[in-house]
Amino acid sequence: MPVITFIEFDGTEHQVDGESGMTVMETAMKHNVPGIDADCGGSAVCGTCHCFVETAGELPEVEPQEESMLGLRPDRESNSRLSCQLQISDQMSDMTVRLPEFQM
Amino acid sequence: MNQAVRQRDGLPDPLATPLEQLDVADPRRFEHDTWQPLFERLRRESPVHYQSYGPGGPGAEGDFFSITRYQDIVEVEKNWEAFSSEPSIAILDPEPDMSVQMFISTDPPLHDDQRRAVQGVVAPKNLQEFEVLIRQRTQETLDSLPVGETFNWVDRVSIDLTTKMLATLFDFPQEQRQLLTHWSDTATSDARITAGRGLSIEERRVIMIEMLEFFTKLWHQHQADDRESFDLIRMLQRDPKTANMVDDPLSYMGNLMLLIVGGNDTTRNSMTGGVLHLYDNPEEFAKLKANPGLIPSMVSEIIRYQTPLPHMRRTATRDVELNGTLIPKGSRVVLWYISGNRDSDAIANADQFIIDRPNVRNHLSFGMGIHRCMGNRLAEMQLRIVWEEILQRFDRIEVMGPPVRTCNSFVRGYHELPVRLHPLV
Repeated sequence: MPVITFIEFDGTEHQVDGESGMTVMETAMKHNVPGIDADCGGSAVCGTCHCFVETAGELPEVEPQEESMLGLRPDRESNSRLSCQLQISDQMSDMTVRLPEFQM
Repeated sequence: MNQAVRQRDGLPDPLATPLEQLDVADPRRFEHDTWQPLFERLRRESPVHYQSYGPGGPGAEGDFFSITRYQDIVEVEKNWEAFSSEPSIAILDPEPDMSVQMFISTDPPLHDDQRRAVQGVVAPKNLQEFEVLIRQRTQETLDSLPVGETFNWVDRVSIDLTTKMLATLFDFPQEQRQLLTHWSDTATSDARITAGRGLSIEERRVIMIEMLEFFTKLWHQHQADDRESFDLIRMLQRDPKTANMVDDPLSYMGNLMLLIVGGNDTTRNSMTGGVLHLYDNPEEFAKLKANPGLIPSMVSEIIRYQTPLPHMRRTATRDVELNGTLIPKGSRVVLWYISGNRDSDAIANADQFIIDRPNVRNHLSFGMGIHRCMGNRLAEMQLRIVWEEILQRFDRIEVMGPPVRTCNSFVRGYHELPVRLHPLV
């Protein structure tokens, strides 16, 4: 099981075990990590689970729907992802995810 | 009770009448708050429902599909290439010669460029500054209210606070801010969607041109006074992609209408709706009194339950199948957010107002996808502050009579809500 480290905008770290079959967004919600809203519940149509992936193994490609939402973010960076699109598997390496200043 | 409710709107029984005889967009169902049974029936019997005539009944131009289930609405929102926001996000096509252009009615890449130009107005730095200002104004407004006598909450609180905020967003002269309310009301009062009670095309055009002239002057004044200000107009001016928008009057006018309506009708009606829903659900109000920490969650629930904009429209750019029904290219496709928000397959006990419900943020009132409301955080903040300040001052807000609701299928709101304030004991 990969360990996922969430770093809030103010630097607070949360280390949690990632469960196979869940998404990174669901993991954050389950462990009450602040900074992810997930207003659409995981359909990649709201953009409020935006995060920056600092270190990780191989990740799924950004699909067009995810891209269209990321494209609206003023704070987009090259490692921006929607955490609802990051499915966790047992084979996955540990992951460090930085959270943005705000979701919108 | 239902029978009486249905007769109140003067329309055929929504459960006993063949569906093809029912105009889904009839605004009188919103005016009389009798819209639920028809949408409940559509979700069950005909979730992708074709109506062969436009708003206004048989013979009216503008046939359209009604999408009423939560998941189907999300599917359409996702697929912005097949379901375009051009030429209009209202059921009716743009009026002749008034083909204003606003970014909500465009597709990428133009949409993204124009939206990004103004998005910064609701960035966290601005929101923090606004929070101080909004709280101060909210306190002033609430402190000026009469305690123990009946007054109209809509005028004294909802319109007052949202219009002051809107003036701030544009760096618009506060002493003339009632013009913003006037223009916002005009923009959504098309006679064709208000059972004939709105303004004619000509009347609206005259007023909208007045608005354009006023804002054109304001554009030039702001340009001459280029101080550090994060208002919407200066943001448009600073972004190279929108810096010359004033030279394209239809685009400037369209985007003004979008930002004025988006920042006004919506928050205003949620501010009134919240008072009403809490009064109608005393056990929820008791929860709130016992735990004011529920305010943020309650704000989301108020926005869901109110759904101040009941629908948006898309247009099919190709033949596309949705939930087993073929939607032919060129069709108008109306997403009834108000119905999706009451879809019990997506939201448990959707017809109930529950301020601490799980997943309270998962609602459709802000839309989804690339056209999702950009002012949502500001709106939530305004509502949160209003309730924080109300609880500091008043024991409860008593609703003294039935509300007077707007007769409009695009804006679900209120003209009047008579209330009486009870002081803290």
